[in-house]
Amino acid sequence: MLTLTCPVCGVTAEETEFHGGGEAHLKRFGPGASDDDFEDYLFMRENPRGVHFERWRHAYGCGKWFHAARCTTTLQVFGTYAAQTYEPPKEICDKITGERPGWSWRLFK
Amino acid sequence: MSDPVTALNGVSSDSGIATITGVPLQGMITLRGDLSAAAVKNAATGVAAVDMPGQGEANCVENRGICWMSPDELLVLCPYETVAANIEKMQQTLGIQHALVANVSDARASFRLGGPRAREVLAKLCPVDLSPGAFTPGMFRRTRMAQVPAAFWMRNADTFQIICFRSQARYVFDLLKISAQPGSEVHLYHA
Repeated sequence: MLTLTCPVCGVTAEETEFHGGGEAHLKRFGPGASDDDFEDYLFMRENPRGVHFERWRHAYGCGKWFHAARCTTTLQVFGTYAAQTYEPPKEICDKITGERPGWSWRLFK
Repeated sequence: MSDPVTALNGVSSDSGIATITGVPLQGMITLRGDLSAAAVKNAATGVAAVDMPGQGEANCVENRGICWMSPDELLVLCPYETVAANIEKMQQTLGIQHALVANVSDARASFRLGGPRAREVLAKLCPVDLSPGAFTPGMFRRTRMAQVPAAFWMRNADTFQIICFRSQARYVFDLLKISAQPGSEVHLYHA
């Protein structure tokens, strides 16, 4: 079972108290963007086996959004961090590097 | 003027391994804003007459208290009849501070779950570690109770107070009753 810690209220709970919000760190391509960029933004998602970054909402708790870095095969959670950021914090990337050397995910490695 | 009543109008059950009691009308005021602002803190403590709780905590005395709901939300408890006056008072304390004060007394239902088996009755319904070492009086937890949102804290060593939405009061009461049905002890926290 996936156990997440909400970085906003500090509660550690299993996944049914949260709601998944899909892939993290999407860059929006809106009006004026090329059709290819817009298509990628709307439809193209990572589906990795291993390290993954996601958005989650503490739906039954404080109600706030946050980010989680986890492994899709082992459900190991490398860390959770604030929603108000464009990239994972360094300590979480370092932790993933320690656990899964050579990982990469979109632009991050 | 119609008489206000609680959702299940004074329901209770003590036939099982824990007692379940509907809490009489309870004044509840939602206060949202920057909880680090002095005006927001004073607005809450001024009407509840208890200290400001820390993150994930509740300070409650009888039917007054403050519950920490999220980093920008408090639930202020007070006697039902005093809600209107208290909202007035809170708004005066807040002044120009950006905040929301709303009377949610009639939007919620509240139950008390008591007895030495109360922990395990609730633990069957919520994905929360309710062992005596992990959840103690003073702590406040918003979570899921079977299929609906709920929040609870401990009034003393073996009494929980649970708050849920009023429209779900019957569901929550029935859930608690089933979870406390005779013979359903799991001996998780007691021999």
